[in-house]
Amino acid sequence: MSEKKIVEERSLILNRRSFLGKAAMGVGGIGLASLLGTNLFRKGENGLYTADSGPTGVKGVLDSLHHPSKIKRVIYLFQSGGPSQLELFDYKPLLNKRRGEDLPESIRNGQRLTGMTSGQDRFPLVGSNFGFQQYGKNGTHISDLLPYTAKIVDDICIVKSMYTEAINHDPAVTFFQTGSQQPGRPSIGSWLSYGLGSENENLPAFTVLLSRGSGRPNGQPLYTRLWGNGFLHSLHQGVQFRAAKDPVLYLNDPKGTTADVKRSMLDKLAELNDQHYQESNDPEIQSRISQYEMAYRMQTSVPEVMNTEGEPDYIYKMYGSDAKIPGTFAANCLLARRLAEKDVRFIQLYHMGWDQHDNLPGAIEKQAKDVDQASAALVADLKQRGMLEDTLVVWGGEFGRTNYSQGLLTDTNYGRDHHPRCFTMWMAGGGIKPGIVYGETDDFGYNITKNPVHVHDFQATMLHQLGIDHEKFTYKYQGRRFRLTDVEGHVVKDILS
Amino acid sequence: MTMYLLNQLLKIVFLIFTCSMLLSCSSETEKTIALEDGSSKQNTVPEKIDFTFHVKPILSDRCFICHGPDKNAVEGDLSLHSAEEAYKVLGELKDHAAIVPGDALKSSLIARIFSDDAHLIMPPPESNLVLEDFEKEILEKWIEQGAEYKTHWAFIPPSPHEIPENKNASWGNNEIDAFVLNKMTEKGLRPSSRASSDKLLRRITFDLTGLPPTLEQLERFAADPSEERYAEIIDSLLTSVDYAENMAAEWMDIARYADTHGYQDDFERTMWPWRDWVIHSFKENMPYDQFVTYQLAGDLMPNANLEQILATGFNRNHKITAEGGVIPEEYRVEYVEDRNTTLGTAFLGLTLECARCHDHKYDPISQKEHFQLYGFFNNIPEKGLLANAAELPEPYIKVTPKEVGDILGFINLDKSEMKEVPVMVMKEMDKPRNTYILERGIYDQYGEEVYPDTPESILPFNDFPKNRLGLAKWLFEDEHPLTARVAVNRLWQRMFGSGIVASSFDFGNQGSLPTHPELLDYLAIKYKTEGWDTRKMLKYIAMSEAYQQDTKASPEKLEQDPENKYLARASRLRLSSEAIRDQALAFSGLLNREVGGPSVKPYQPEGIWEETTGGGGGSTASYTLSEGKDVYRKSIYTFWKRTVPPPSMMTFDSSSRDYCSVKRQETNTPLQALVLLNDPQIVEAARVAAVGEMEENPDAEKDQIKKLFYKATSRLPNEAEIQSLTDYYSEMLAKVESGEIITSEYLSIGRSEVPADLNKEKLVALTLTAHTILNLDETINRG
Repeated sequence: MSEKKIVEERSLILNRRSFLGKAAMGVGGIGLASLLGTNLFRKGENGLYTADSGPTGVKGVLDSLHHPSKIKRVIYLFQSGGPSQLELFDYKPLLNKRRGEDLPESIRNGQRLTGMTSGQDRFPLVGSNFGFQQYGKNGTHISDLLPYTAKIVDDICIVKSMYTEAINHDPAVTFFQTGSQQPGRPSIGSWLSYGLGSENENLPAFTVLLSRGSGRPNGQPLYTRLWGNGFLHSLHQGVQFRAAKDPVLYLNDPKGTTADVKRSMLDKLAELNDQHYQESNDPEIQSRISQYEMAYRMQTSVPEVMNTEGEPDYIYKMYGSDAKIPGTFAANCLLARRLAEKDVRFIQLYHMGWDQHDNLPGAIEKQAKDVDQASAALVADLKQRGMLEDTLVVWGGEFGRTNYSQGLLTDTNYGRDHHPRCFTMWMAGGGIKPGIVYGETDDFGYNITKNPVHVHDFQATMLHQLGIDHEKFTYKYQGRRFRLTDVEGHVVKDILS
Repeated sequence: MTMYLLNQLLKIVFLIFTCSMLLSCSSETEKTIALEDGSSKQNTVPEKIDFTFHVKPILSDRCFICHGPDKNAVEGDLSLHSAEEAYKVLGELKDHAAIVPGDALKSSLIARIFSDDAHLIMPPPESNLVLEDFEKEILEKWIEQGAEYKTHWAFIPPSPHEIPENKNASWGNNEIDAFVLNKMTEKGLRPSSRASSDKLLRRITFDLTGLPPTLEQLERFAADPSEERYAEIIDSLLTSVDYAENMAAEWMDIARYADTHGYQDDFERTMWPWRDWVIHSFKENMPYDQFVTYQLAGDLMPNANLEQILATGFNRNHKITAEGGVIPEEYRVEYVEDRNTTLGTAFLGLTLECARCHDHKYDPISQKEHFQLYGFFNNIPEKGLLANAAELPEPYIKVTPKEVGDILGFINLDKSEMKEVPVMVMKEMDKPRNTYILERGIYDQYGEEVYPDTPESILPFNDFPKNRLGLAKWLFEDEHPLTARVAVNRLWQRMFGSGIVASSFDFGNQGSLPTHPELLDYLAIKYKTEGWDTRKMLKYIAMSEAYQQDTKASPEKLEQDPENKYLARASRLRLSSEAIRDQALAFSGLLNREVGGPSVKPYQPEGIWEETTGGGGGSTASYTLSEGKDVYRKSIYTFWKRTVPPPSMMTFDSSSRDYCSVKRQETNTPLQALVLLNDPQIVEAARVAAVGEMEENPDAEKDQIKKLFYKATSRLPNEAEIQSLTDYYSEMLAKVESGEIITSEYLSIGRSEVPADLNKEKLVALTLTAHTILNLDETINRG
């Protein structure tokens, strides 16, 4: 077979059926229906996305969106460890006034505490050591720790009434990312890759970026299963983009060789594999050839997107000096924008270090500095590129922190334990009302008094913005139809524009 | 009355129609619909409706969620899982019934499923469930034909079936083939010819040992590919330690084995002596009933010895938390639930976990029965929360040189730095805990008190002690409908890629139906009556002609049976993650065949433990490569950190070891290509193999290439392939000579040394050629 012929054949077989091979045939655990679909995002004249069929990317399972979608992609800035809402967003002067007094039993109301403070004799209330000022059209209170976030307050929707069922990290992070406290379910990004597919042939639909905070450098660990595909096809797993020699695991060519050498090997493999296909007729072989081609394209496209050298100075100024240091949260925010430009469906950042049980004032000051400027810059940058309207940016952790001090309360120092009863997140972009605050907590910052938003409500809302009805988006596994939102969840219509 | 006549008339017409179909011996292609979970269904309406095969899958999947066994979720006072419930009169006036046998018009179920009214139609729109037209027709026809209910097939004990007689059959070695051929003929398919000796030897060697055959073995079998010789080969494979390790590898998934605790900081544990015991039991061919009984209840056996106690480590392999702040009881409940789930998935083929929060939605297992089973595992003196990395989770035994010198001689303690190795085991509390139904499955919401017992509809608990030993006896009672079927189905899955019941984890109402129900029963009875002899059963399967067929699929066969359910050929199966790496090591000669001992840390990309670790410290915070030849141990010995499992193995579909798993995905992804193209272990294996060939056949490049190809694929390349690879070799040699490839760098990948006297340019070219061969689809397939 001539070289030319091989290349032609290869492009012919790069259709979806061969890409998915056995999976597309309903063999090997995942059926045709789960992996074939249509291109869902064609922008209509009304500015909404509707279903279309097109030849690019890997398609999702949904034949059509359940309703027109507002957005194409999500950037989720996960703040791991549980950021204190009381130092950042939820302004509670009463706590400063009553500093040192015991949390009234009428407020606590017998609610569950973690084993770390349930043994304390006293629960001394403590207000924020940091001041709050009012910003934006509505005079929203934002902490002095977040001067850059304060500047974008008219672009974001702050939800002060988040709550969760889990009170410890592992189950709480797992709950946010997969809808279940125990491991084993697919991550949000995997669900989206499965349902909506990818719009980029050269990059995975679900990418993950990690950074370590300076607030508590030895904080809570992360687990690769947080971006796992669970029971979905492993094509949908989150792929970690790393600030390491290998930006994606096993991406680099063996040392001493070049891309040209790799190309020769792939051509040889395609030729020999194809010969074997002629004999055996197994379509899986064609799929294998396609996967090698995708791997080859990733070897070019990943370093390309990771190389930020060409970014102009004003961009680095926006994101802050950290943005030049690979592996920082700021650098990851900049990468998130670049991945968004390449139409990566779900871009998940994790910033560790928010678990400030003790020495909170010192720790949170550093930690807030890690993330404030870059988070705000990301929103502003997307906005200036006209991308904020079809991107949803989410900022938040797995739970909040207590209004009483964990450990000794001194004039300058205190700590806070985990608090699942209320905490704050913010969202920006795609169809979310900008410049509003949603939900209220009591004056003690302990209980929600208005418009509670459960983790499953948040997940349902995110899916809604992508054109998916969370109750209809299921996957049947071991006889049961699973959903990201399990058996609950309501779209928070009040915050949609 | 007229309606009745019309129905009769239709039946007669239909009968004539079907008779003519049968007479014409049509082998009409069945239309199959692939479902998202990998199963498929036929979208035709058969002439005789069978409850088990046609009706119940529809009722269960679309109706049971509101009209099924969960009595608290029943809507409209109607359950459809039993005849009694489904036929009963309904409504205030008691004037109608969902199902009136023989009369579809009077059956309100039919009116409702065909209704156009959004308020009446079933399933209701808000359920997001729909019935296809042909499914409605099946239900209608079933009612017309009498609406006969049958007990779920898997809950009826296996019964002996007549061996089908196939006319003019010259094909077939044993009873398996009689059943398989019968089904094939029914579907209009014909068997394939026997695979070539090379392919067959590769297949049986991988299936039984997880390794490729050696060239000597291939040549000997090619010289005498007789059935007798084949049988001898099987015997020798089955008695090898490779077989024991390969069987143990599957058991690691089932037992959710790992070297760490699995939550949060994910500290190290030392359960590897238990893993050594598993290998030992397969080496000894321990009967399956004994193997399982030791693991479930070894500590409760009369005069239990240390081996029997060690075996109970099986039920301590679940995750354990050390996350400060959790409520210990909440997690202790999770551990007991995990054991219960494992019992269901591994031995019963049932999703017992679905009856934790409420009665099972699909199977006849009530929430009470769930907690009765739970009660068997609830009396362990264990803690829900570990204080730190150093705390040993009670109860445990310590394996010391004394015991190893005595009864536990199969443990490779010499390899361990610790001279006393703690292993978690099961033990009963002096005073058993009270067990309650936990409302909504929540750890502190106590309902009614319950006592150990087994589900009525599976098999009532006989006069056994109400403990784990009694539970094991119950599992292996002669009348047990599930144990033998589930076990033998897994052996079948090993050899054919898919079980006779494709959902090897679920034999319940939502599971797949057996493709060959009579054969499954036949095998289950055989396994049981022949003493649960696993080796014997595997040999019996391997000796069938069905197993020995070629994989070649004609376009017609592919079209007719894309999933190969009817076995008119052998399936081409991708190798497991373990086998892919172990094959590369064997190919190069690097494979270190030491058996047992502490898990090892082979090559893994730098930094992946470090970048996710928290402040908990411990031995799992950072990754240290094992010393010397320990990096070349078989993959079953690779250290398993549950929260950051070995990425190359996960990429090739290993189970995460979070829970019991009896079936892996088989996927094909770009990340797999990246591993095989760039993993230093694969590059090093290619080079060491190339060094071997260059030393053995100096200056005979063509022979070198031929042999590398033969070793990797178990067959000799044809002339075109030899030419193609020789061309490639020359092309690469030119690239080396032109300086495009930096020899010194490329040859420094991996730990093994390069002999000084070899021609380095040629070595690079041959390594690249060997690396290409290791990436061939054929190389990573069993064939």
